Amino acid sequence: MGIEGVPATRFEAACASGGSAFFHAYSSVAAGLYDVVLVTGVEKMTSQSTPRVSEILAGAGDMAGEIKAGGTFAALFAMIARRHMHQYGTTREQMAAVAVKNHANAFKNPYAHMHKLITLEQALAGKPIAEPLTIYDCSLISDGAASLLLAPLDRASEFAGQPVLVAGIAQTSGPLALDRREDITTFTAVRKAAQKAYRMAGVAAPDIQFAEVHDCFTIAEIMAMEDLGFVGPGEGGPYVQRGATALGGEAAGQRERRAEGEGPPGGRHRRGADLRRGRADPRAAGERQVRNRDLGLAQNLGGSGATAVVTILRSVR
Amino acid sequence: MVWSAPEAHLKEAPYQMAIVVLDAGGRLTARILGDRVQIGDAVTFAEYRDGVPFFRKAA
Repeated sequence: MGIEGVPATRFEAACASGGSAFFHAYSSVAAGLYDVVLVTGVEKMTSQSTPRVSEILAGAGDMAGEIKAGGTFAALFAMIARRHMHQYGTTREQMAAVAVKNHANAFKNPYAHMHKLITLEQALAGKPIAEPLTIYDCSLISDGAASLLLAPLDRASEFAGQPVLVAGIAQTSGPLALDRREDITTFTAVRKAAQKAYRMAGVAAPDIQFAEVHDCFTIAEIMAMEDLGFVGPGEGGPYVQRGATALGGEAAGQRERRAEGEGPPGGRHRRGADLRRGRADPRAAGERQVRNRDLGLAQNLGGSGATAVVTILRSVR
Repeated sequence: MVWSAPEAHLKEAPYQMAIVVLDAGGRLTARILGDRVQIGDAVTFAEYRDGVPFFRKAA
């Protein structure tokens, strides 16, 4: 990048690498150590075969146990989905509804990896990856990048016409292996990160006007609705199915999905979410623009829940 | 049920994985040998293959 002399660190938290980098960049500015910090994420996954990419990604799981037994991330989330279906009656149709909505959102995003509208029937009939997940339940293997600049609020206008304030942020961890958890239908790391971020921002779940949640797999998005407190445990499926999270849906804003049409969860994911927040002016997002956009939330999940980062962003007037 | 397997297990696909709750306490992520199992089915330990535990549906 042609910048020399400043500290440069690479963060590794699997799919939450971006969120973790952002959290640490925020911490260093908030601590007064640095004034201007650049956070960048890059994803380059398409140069290897799918089985090889699956194998590399699985390095973020419990290598000695669940991965050695033949697990991939799709397999782990498939087990999570099966349990969620068993415990709460969540259906494949509800998971497919997530995929349909997200493809529709991506269709309008010029930066999306894939511009393809799908129907519920197509989503359900997709190639099986790890039952009950079909190819449409899984985010794409993509390449991409995103960058963000952080600065103290009183310097923000030097860099951006419309800065966005980090009102709350938290990074947490959870058990690595699925078989070490009491209940695999919830991500304790996400719940804790959300609670901490809400408390820091002085807000609660109902105050959030729009959110970008981690959707490595459709079930992850359903669980995010629950773990972030938008609905209660087990209510995520019906919530998505009735269109609450679609653009213009009953929820005050939109849970806009990034990964399926727009690239994989991964290092880059979170920054993209924050950039979207940053493009709060109407010119930027066009017909995808959410009407009520003063208070947004971005959630990033690492692996199958070993790391979570939740950020609450507020527009600055 | 894994259909899209990682490189190391390509030849074995499709195969079933399960988190087994052990009578003695604790859980294990294992492979299933033979008939597919559902959540709640009783399973018994069959064998270890290359350090991976295999269980089968209890009779």
